[in-house]
Amino acid sequence: MSSTEYVTFQIGTQTFGTSVLEVHDVFRPTKVTKVPLSKPDIAGVLNLRGRIVTAIDARARLGLPPREGDPDDIMAIGIEQNGESFGLIIDSVGEVVRLEENDMEQNPVNLDPIWASVSKGVHRMDDKLLIVMDIGRILAVGEPDEGLAA
Amino acid sequence: MDDLLSEFLTETSESLDTIDTELVRFESQPNDKDTLNNIFRLVHTIKGTCGFLGLPRLEAVAHAGETLLGKFRDGALPVTPKAVTLVLESIDQIKALLTHLEGYAAEPDGNDEELIARLVDAANGGLAEGADAPANDAEEVVAETTDSVEHDDDDDEEDPNAPPPGVDPDKWDAQLGRELRPGEVSLADLEAAFNAVEPEVDMGAAPKVEEKAPAPAAAAAPAVERAAPINQTIRVGVDVLEDLMTMVSELVLTRNQLMQMVRGLDDSEFKAPLQRLSAITAELQEGVMKTRMQPIGTAWKKLPRIVRDACQDLNKKIDLVLDGESTELDRQVLELIKDPLTHMIRNSCDHGVETPEARKSNGKPETGTIHLRAYHEGGHIIIEVADDGAGLNTERIRQKAIEKEVVDSMEAASMTDSQVHRLIFAPGFSTAAKVTNISGRGVGMDVVKTNIELIGGAIDLRAQEGEGTTFLIKIPLTLAIISALIVGVGEERFALPQLSVVELVRTGNERDQRVERISNTQVLRLRDRLLPLVTLNQILGVDGNHGNDIVDESGNAFVVVMQVGDTRFGLVVDEVFDTEEIVVKPLTNMLTGLRQYSGATILGDGSVIMILDPNGVAKEVSSIEGVTQAAEAEEEAENVRDDKMSLLLFRAGGDEPMACPLSLVTRLEDLDAETFERSQGHQVVQYRGKLMPLVHAAGSHMIKTEGKQPILVFNQGETVIGVAVDEILDIVHDSVNYEMSELTPGVLGAAVLKGKTTQIIDVAHFLNEGQRDWATTATTKQDERRILLVETHPFFQNMLSPLLKAAGYDVTLAPTEDKAIELLKEDEVAFDAVLADIDAGQGVSRLAEAIDANSQLMQAPRFGLSNRDDAQPTELGMSIPKADRHALLMALDSALKARGDAA
Repeated sequence: MSSTEYVTFQIGTQTFGTSVLEVHDVFRPTKVTKVPLSKPDIAGVLNLRGRIVTAIDARARLGLPPREGDPDDIMAIGIEQNGESFGLIIDSVGEVVRLEENDMEQNPVNLDPIWASVSKGVHRMDDKLLIVMDIGRILAVGEPDEGLAA
Repeated sequence: MDDLLSEFLTETSESLDTIDTELVRFESQPNDKDTLNNIFRLVHTIKGTCGFLGLPRLEAVAHAGETLLGKFRDGALPVTPKAVTLVLESIDQIKALLTHLEGYAAEPDGNDEELIARLVDAANGGLAEGADAPANDAEEVVAETTDSVEHDDDDDEEDPNAPPPGVDPDKWDAQLGRELRPGEVSLADLEAAFNAVEPEVDMGAAPKVEEKAPAPAAAAAPAVERAAPINQTIRVGVDVLEDLMTMVSELVLTRNQLMQMVRGLDDSEFKAPLQRLSAITAELQEGVMKTRMQPIGTAWKKLPRIVRDACQDLNKKIDLVLDGESTELDRQVLELIKDPLTHMIRNSCDHGVETPEARKSNGKPETGTIHLRAYHEGGHIIIEVADDGAGLNTERIRQKAIEKEVVDSMEAASMTDSQVHRLIFAPGFSTAAKVTNISGRGVGMDVVKTNIELIGGAIDLRAQEGEGTTFLIKIPLTLAIISALIVGVGEERFALPQLSVVELVRTGNERDQRVERISNTQVLRLRDRLLPLVTLNQILGVDGNHGNDIVDESGNAFVVVMQVGDTRFGLVVDEVFDTEEIVVKPLTNMLTGLRQYSGATILGDGSVIMILDPNGVAKEVSSIEGVTQAAEAEEEAENVRDDKMSLLLFRAGGDEPMACPLSLVTRLEDLDAETFERSQGHQVVQYRGKLMPLVHAAGSHMIKTEGKQPILVFNQGETVIGVAVDEILDIVHDSVNYEMSELTPGVLGAAVLKGKTTQIIDVAHFLNEGQRDWATTATTKQDERRILLVETHPFFQNMLSPLLKAAGYDVTLAPTEDKAIELLKEDEVAFDAVLADIDAGQGVSRLAEAIDANSQLMQAPRFGLSNRDDAQPTELGMSIPKADRHALLMALDSALKARGDAA
C-alpha cells in the first residue's frame, strides 16, 4: 500500500492538502504588489528571494469571500511550475500528514464545480475532511473549463 | 601572439570539441539533419576564418572536409563509419595544425595533399566503391584515439612526399623532393635544430618527432604541453550570470536590512563583521556586473585588419582612427553589434572614401580617414562611424530607390535630402554601383539597421556631399537593464521606460502649462500644440488620488509627455518618484495577456513593480474615448468600420456645439483682440510675420473687440486663415454619424457628437472666404484639371470635394465604385487624376483595372484615400490619409506637374 505525505492548509473553514513533493516553499508573503487589470484571482506579484512570484488568491479562486482580520496574517505556498514561481495565498498552514492513497475517495458529485475542478479527491480524517488539491488546476487561472462555475 | 590569432584559436578549439562529439553522435544517427548542419556550420566557420587570417593549410583541410560533409548533407553520399572516420581525421589534422599554430603563431611547413586527396576521393564517391584509401581500419582507430603527434606520423607515412621505396628515409628531403647529397642537411632538420634552441621547446619531444618525421613537423610536440594559454578564459552561459546577478541583488537587499537593524544599536558586536560583509557584498556586486561588461575595443580588434585588407583590395589609402575603446557595454550587446560594425566599416572603405586620385583632384589629402568613436550619453552608448569621403550622392540614391521600387517617383521627389539619405536603410537597397568583394552583396544597411533596432538601438546618418558621411548608432548599455521613470498612481508604483518619455510637465493654474478642462476630455496646451491627456488610473482602471479628474482644485498635475511611434500624448500620474535603472524580468504567462505591461522589476527596496509597456498604453489611450461611448457605437454597428476621427468641438454664435476635423486645424491660438486690425474692410491680424485674415465661424461681426479671442488657424499652401470662435470646447474621437447637409454656407452638415447635435463646419468654405476677402494671396490656378473622386461616405464627399475645388480642381464625384467604373468606360471623359476611397476594400482592384483600361487615363496619377494614417499602398498606388489635406494636395500637385512635364 502506498501512501503520500500531504502538507495541510486551511482556506476558510476547509482543510486542504497537497503532496509535499509539489510544495517548494512555505512563506509569509509581504508587500504583494497588485497588478491592475489582472484577473481577480491574481493577488499580485511579490519578491521572494530575488525572484518575482505571481501570487494567486486561493479564496478568490474558490469563490470564497475575502479574508477578514489582519490582512498580513496570511501564508503562501510556493510552487514551481514550468520554470515559473507561484505563490498560493492561503489562510494558514497545518501539519504534514501521511495518508494512504487507497483511502482517498472521489469528489462528491454535488461538489461546487470550481471546487471539483481543483480537487483530486477527499480524505476522511478523524475530525474533518481533507480535500486533495490539484495544484496544476488551481494555478490554471483563466483557463476555459473553469468558466462553467457561473 | 596576435590577438586575432589567439581569439581564433580559442574559438576554434571550442568548435572542434563540439564537432568531435557531434560527429560521434552523427555516426550513430546518420539521419539527424540538425547534427549534420551543426557540424557543417562549424567546419565552414573554421574554413572561413582561416581564409581571413591567411592560413592556407588549415583552410585547405577544412575545405576538403567541408566538401565531404556537404555531400552527406545533400544526401549524395551515404554516411558510413569509414567516411566519418575520414572526417574525424581531417578534424584531427586541423587540431594538429592548430597546436603548432599556438606554439609558433604560424602554420607548420608542408602540406596535407594526401589527406585532402582522400577527402576529395571520398567526396567523389571513392569510399563507396571500396577504393579504399590507405586509411585502413587500424588507422581509423588511431585517428580517433591517438593524440596529434602520433597522428601526424600516420599522415606522414602516406605522405606523397615520403621517400620512394628503396631510398634511405633519413636522407630524403621532402621539400627538395630528392635525396640529400652528402653533407647536405634537410630543411626540416635545420628547422628542428633551430627550434631545439628556443628555450620553450620541449627538448624531449623534438628529437623523437625528428626521427620519424623528417618533414612537416617538429610541429605539434612542443606545444602539446603548453595548451594552457588558450584556457585563460572560460565561457559561461548568460543565464548563469543572470542568476548570479539576481542572487547578488538579493544579498545586497539582505545586507541593507541588516545594516538598518544594527544602525539603531550603538555598540553592537555585529558592527565589525557587518562592515566586512558590506564591503564584500559591494565588491561582489561590482564583480558580477563586470562579468557582463566589456570594453567596446574588443569588438573593434578586427577592424584595423579589415581596413588594411580593404585598402589593398581597393587600392585606397585609409587611416582608421579609434576613439573611446575603453567604453564599456554589456557583452551581449557587444556581440550583437560586432557584425553591423564590421559591415559599416567595410561600407565606409568601399563607398565612403574615394580613391587617392579622386581625393587628390578634389584637393583632399590622398589618405582618407575613418573615425570610429564611442562614448556614453545618457544611459546609451553612441558609436560614430565617420569618414571624410565623398558623402552620399543624393540623386543617385533617389534614382536607385525608384529603380528598386523602394519609393515611387512622386514620393522621392517630395523627400528632403536627409530623408533620401535614410533610404539606404530601406530593405532591398544597396547603393554599390558595382558589386565588389568588400560590400554590396545585397545585404546592406537594412540588415545593419534591423540588427541595431533588435537590441533597442537606433541608427541615423549625416552626409555632406564631398565632405563625408557620419553614421550615428545609439544603443542601450545593456539589454537587461533599462532606465525607467518610477511613477505612482494611488497606492501603486509603476515603471515607465525612459526611452518613450519625452518630458515631464508640471501643470497648475498659476503656471504656463494649464490643463484645459472641457467636458470629459482634457487637453494640455503645450507650446502651441494640443496634447491629449489621459490619466494612468483611467488606463489601469484603478482609483487615483483625484478620481477620474486629472487635476485638483489648484490645477496641479504631473504630466508625463510620451512619444510612441507617431503618437504623442500626456500621461497624468499622481506622483513622480525618480528614475531608476531597473532589471527587466519577464511576466508569467498568466499576465502576458495584459498589453499594458511589458514586464516586472524589483526595486532597490525589495518591492516588485510592474513595467508599463508604452505601446500598450498608447493603444489604450486611443480606445479610452471609445469606452464611454461603447454603447452608442454598438447601436451603430454598421457605421463602425474605422470611421473614427478626432474632431475639435467649439462654440460660435450660439449654444450648440460646432466641430471640424482636428487634423485640419493647424494651430489653436488665443490672440489679443486689441491687436486685430482692419484692412480693406476686413479684419486681419499680424501672425507669425504675416497678415492673417480673420473670419468668424458665425459671421464676421462676431469677432471680439477686446480680451482674448480664440482662433482656429487653418492653412493651405500659402493661404492662412484664422477662424474666430467663441469658445473651444473639447476634442472627441468618435465615429462621425453624419446627417444630412443643410444648405448653409460654411456648414457641411450635422452629426451627433457626445449626445449633442453638432454642426460640422466646412473648412474649405472659410479658406475660400479668406481668399476672397483677402485677395492679395493668389492661388495657383490648376487650369481646371479634372479629378475623379470616388468616395462612398457622405461626410468625406462633402469634406473632400469642396477642398479640391478650392484648390482649383474640377471635381467629378462618384458615390460608388460602380458609378466610377461606368464613368471611366466613357472614353471621351478624360480625367487628369483619380482619387479613390480604399477602405471599402473589394472595389479597389476593379477600379484599378478600369483605370488601366481607359486609354485616356493610361498614365494618370491615382491615389488611394484612407481613414487610417498608416494605410498601405494598394493597386491604386500610394495611400493618403483623408484627413491629411496637405499631403493630398501636395501629392496631386506634384504628380500632375510631373505628368505635365513628361507630356
